[in-house]
Amino acid sequence: MATQPSILAFLERLQQVTTFDGLQSLVESLRALYQVDNFIYHSINSAGEPYAALTYDLDWVDHYLDQDFGRIDPVVLGCYQRFHPVDWKMLDWSGKAVRAFMLEAHDAGIGNQGFSIPIRGPNGQFALFTANHRCSDGEWQKFTAAHVQDLILIAHYLNQKALEIERGTDRLPYKNLSPRELDALTLIGSGQNRAHAAEKLAISEHTLRVYLESARFKLGAANTMHAVALAMSHGRIIV
Amino acid sequence: MIRYLYADQLDQLPDLKTAMFLDRAQQFQARLGWQVQVDVNGFETDEYDAMNPLYVIWQLPDGTHGGSMRFLPTTGPVMVNDHFGDLTGGVQITSPLIWEVTRFCVSPKVKVTGRVSAALILAGAELGQGFHLNHAVGVFDARMVRIYRALGWAPDITGTRGDGPDAISVGLWDFQAPPFDKLCARAGLCREVSQNWFSRAFQI
Repeated sequence: MATQPSILAFLERLQQVTTFDGLQSLVESLRALYQVDNFIYHSINSAGEPYAALTYDLDWVDHYLDQDFGRIDPVVLGCYQRFHPVDWKMLDWSGKAVRAFMLEAHDAGIGNQGFSIPIRGPNGQFALFTANHRCSDGEWQKFTAAHVQDLILIAHYLNQKALEIERGTDRLPYKNLSPRELDALTLIGSGQNRAHAAEKLAISEHTLRVYLESARFKLGAANTMHAVALAMSHGRIIV
Repeated sequence: MIRYLYADQLDQLPDLKTAMFLDRAQQFQARLGWQVQVDVNGFETDEYDAMNPLYVIWQLPDGTHGGSMRFLPTTGPVMVNDHFGDLTGGVQITSPLIWEVTRFCVSPKVKVTGRVSAALILAGAELGQGFHLNHAVGVFDARMVRIYRALGWAPDITGTRGDGPDAISVGLWDFQAPPFDKLCARAGLCREVSQNWFSRAFQI
């Protein structure tokens, strides 16, 4: 499975997405980027309407909905109303109905490993992003250890994009960068190291890291340098 | 023992829930004089308790509340962004890798508060590492600054409002390398026990 940072490639594609069809293609493209069998993004908006972009076999999706497997699916039950990331190993797969469901899922090509990230959106919107794969525990452990923060970020960036498409706007209120975040990006962008940048801003290095992390997330960036580049290209900072 | 419970799981432990909200009223209204809402039952709750936060609770041997704190992700509404923007340099702290921690409380029943405080902070460190977070941002009263420092894991203070015992601060913890050994020693717990409580709560 992938060991290179693939989130940058994902984010470049994400920027081009303006429709739900585009979002579906993007989720499909994650498979090659991370060399993982399946990715699933699904959400329930504030009006209770479901939406999904996923790579599972569509016959399985129909069967799942038809059987109303959401009632017993440990992933759904273990993630709904939660906000911590969940390795499928953490879930309770015991019980007769769940075991039967698992066997059917396996036959439909669903992998034995999974990692799911629940997302709480605005006004009761709820979404779930899952990476699913067939491999040994050891391999999966290696993959998640290397990519868990990527998966958490991708989950949230996908959800923001889905909300933007739904509303027909790309202006989410929390995208507002404060002057201090812009100062932090400017200093780092001009080649200052963190210690110097923090000193100039009269803040601790931890505080600087939090400003940079916050700015990174609001800009939809892969890392600090990507955030600097995006802020520059949006004309938010001049370095 | 440490319990990790979302708000919708608290009803499974009604004595614990009752004691926590009563103790919070005692600490934040009676002792600190904060402008908090206390309902007819004597419970101190606010709008964030209604958002199904994750509580980290020290449960006493009798099943009731020894101390607690409350976590919410900064991607949603949080106290620090809604009410304390002036203490973060005007930055709306927003990232799925940063959670907010508030309402750090120790029950007046507890004789040795240092141990309970240390156990809670240790549990916070467990949670930060277990859920792959980068930071926690906290809102706390002036007295806590000293306590956190004495426990060996002081947050970086980003801002303080008010003076003396009435002061309220916002601070940051970094989850890169929490001082687990120090915290375990202060809490009188071994790391395995702490890890086991975390794993059991989330069925890892």
